[in-house]
Amino acid sequence: MGLEAAYGLKQRGMSVTVLHLMDTIMERQLDPAAAYLLEKALDRRGIEIITKANTKQILGDGKVEGVELEDGRIISADMVVMAVGIRPAAALAKDAGLETNRGIVVDDGMATSDPAIFALGECAEHRGTCYGLVAPLYESAGVLADRLAGGSTEYKGSHVNTKLKVTGIKLFSAGDFAEGPDREEVVLRDATRGVYKRVILQDNRVIGAVLYGDTADGPWYFDMLKRATDVSEMRETLIYGRAYQGGGDADPAAAVAALPDDAEICGCNGICKGKIVNAIKDKGLTSLDDVRAHTKASASCGTCTGLVEQLMALSLGDAYNPAAVQPVCGCTDLGHDDVRRLIRAKGLKTIPAVMQELEWKTSCGCAKCRPALNYYLVCNWPGEYADDYQSRFINERVHANIQKDGTYSVVPRMWGGVTSSKELRAIADVVDKFDIPTVKCTGGQRIDMLGIKKDDLPAVWADLGKAGFISGQAYAKGLRTVKTCVGSDWCRFGTQDSTGLGIRLEKFMWGSWTPAKLKLAVSGCPRNCSEATCKDIGVICVDSGFEIHFAGAAGLEIRGTEVLGMVKTEDEALEHIVALTQMYREQARYLERIYKWAKRIGYDEVRAQIMDNAKKRKAYFARFVESQKYAQVDPWSERVSGKDKHEFKPMAVVGHPEPAE
Amino acid sequence: MSSDFIAIGHIDDIPQRGARCVNTAFGRIAVFRTAEDEVFAIDDRCPHKAGPLSEGIVHGRAVTCPLHNMVISLESGTAQGADEGEVQTYPVQVDDGRLFIALSALPLAAE
Repeated sequence: MGLEAAYGLKQRGMSVTVLHLMDTIMERQLDPAAAYLLEKALDRRGIEIITKANTKQILGDGKVEGVELEDGRIISADMVVMAVGIRPAAALAKDAGLETNRGIVVDDGMATSDPAIFALGECAEHRGTCYGLVAPLYESAGVLADRLAGGSTEYKGSHVNTKLKVTGIKLFSAGDFAEGPDREEVVLRDATRGVYKRVILQDNRVIGAVLYGDTADGPWYFDMLKRATDVSEMRETLIYGRAYQGGGDADPAAAVAALPDDAEICGCNGICKGKIVNAIKDKGLTSLDDVRAHTKASASCGTCTGLVEQLMALSLGDAYNPAAVQPVCGCTDLGHDDVRRLIRAKGLKTIPAVMQELEWKTSCGCAKCRPALNYYLVCNWPGEYADDYQSRFINERVHANIQKDGTYSVVPRMWGGVTSSKELRAIADVVDKFDIPTVKCTGGQRIDMLGIKKDDLPAVWADLGKAGFISGQAYAKGLRTVKTCVGSDWCRFGTQDSTGLGIRLEKFMWGSWTPAKLKLAVSGCPRNCSEATCKDIGVICVDSGFEIHFAGAAGLEIRGTEVLGMVKTEDEALEHIVALTQMYREQARYLERIYKWAKRIGYDEVRAQIMDNAKKRKAYFARFVESQKYAQVDPWSERVSGKDKHEFKPMAVVGHPEPAE
Repeated sequence: MSSDFIAIGHIDDIPQRGARCVNTAFGRIAVFRTAEDEVFAIDDRCPHKAGPLSEGIVHGRAVTCPLHNMVISLESGTAQGADEGEVQTYPVQVDDGRLFIALSALPLAAE
């Protein structure tokens, strides 16, 4: 867990040193040889490891400044993360007079020293062992359930295995691998491939295994360990793995096929092979997501994903298509990234051309791919491509948000959330004139008028337009709002003109189409009243300049922003934000919010291109400016002047049909 | 032209891969024009939650409802894929671009 945390911090851009008290890392799971390989692999990922590091004290006054070791070494640090393992919460049981040791002592029937009280899970200690994993909990819960139902099943303890969840490092360990006079070991080392395997035997039975570099046979060894299988027959080829047993069938799928039904596949959730195979057959599951949804297998840490996929291949045969790339939709086998790349590479400039050249399987696409293609073409050929309204979702087609009863809501732009008596009066007049049932403030600092009949939309827009309003594009996969606080204009804490910067950003960026909706905010000081740190892009003004944030989310997922970087002037802030938006416009998949895109390609990559590479930044900026020439057209005024006016009128009105003669 | 058919307009009144509505005393009917200039008429009311099908994206001989993405066949009126449901369809005749609809399926006519 400590190493996984270290790797996680490193991935987030911190420089990490791991301090470990013992001689080698993961000494309880790994023998020294595997530990050495792991240490080297982590070192290559930029994580420094100091073993035999006995911490004397944490240094610092008020905040952490470093760690001092017993040998006098000092490692400076801004943050100290301690991985100290778990301690069973046994105090209640102890106070109640139950026998406790490290945890609450239970017998093979999960009963404590008071036979009327049972315990299981992380608080319990069984035969001297406290488990911190979920699989033993499930096994002991099964025993307890049987006992409560009058049975007499005994829990004999669980074997547990360890996998390290660090990308690119394959590590598996299970059982006991200490050396001993009655034990034998079989070792395979392949330094070039970076593979190390060691299997420990006692009385011709596997009692422990450590695998590094190639862990495919981990579940096989673990299964034999749990079953205490006699391996004397295969002793000579044991170390080569399952594929070399019984006839030399080297097909990796054969190893999975040979697993018994009760072999555990998903350790996190305790799911065995039989359960997965049955679910695939009974429920007709065909995708990994389906299997995860129905069985929970590989739905937690994901390390058993490969095994689950092999089971799917075995169960479904040719019907299983483990496409590495998720296709855009059923109309094509290509993924979003390939489609975007090919549109550029082949110079495809219309939806029919894309469908023809990229061999779409349907004649005119579907409601998933058509809006995506329309966006990719708008983004890629701003001056040339003619927007295909029939490929836009109704909201973008009529510039209003469809509601559950088929009426619409209309939101005018209120630059930076600032309005006036004139604007408010105009809105009030429109509400009265069109008998609009609901008026509501939105989360983006503007006013929403709900319940407008479709036929009324052009007249509503005409009236709003006369008062100077343009569409707020509250329906668009495009720039929505720029939320602001009152900043240095009014606020006694304000450091910069956050309202002014917000309005400037909104006036610069309105009208731009983006892969998914785009919401900005500017706060005038770190108190952050405009909540900029959960927006797609946010700015926190400070005395010395502007801290630019990105990739926040506050919807289906909640996540704080990443810091893009710090700039000194408003002009620079605008240039960086616009360049970031253009990079996102050009790279993300349709409907992918900034936070998902940035996480997928890596925050550091975004910083490198926008903060550190002025040439790239300026090029992104220039392409955005070019595309805005064509995008900044107020759709409301366009529609009021008659464009596609058919949209708002019925084609015909027919009276009562005559009864059939 | 049979007397059951009522004139509702011209095919060019409807955008390709789009729809227009015909209002009747019994509710709206959506008249669709596909990319291949076929014309279909169905009730403008999704069997799922009554969404206006005329506002959906038209693809092939189907429309995707704008409210919750149910896909309805324009030919049969039935929901596609794993969904269930059906809307009323109405016969349409095209005569030199002019469109005629037969409303014999409307409740009053069924008496």
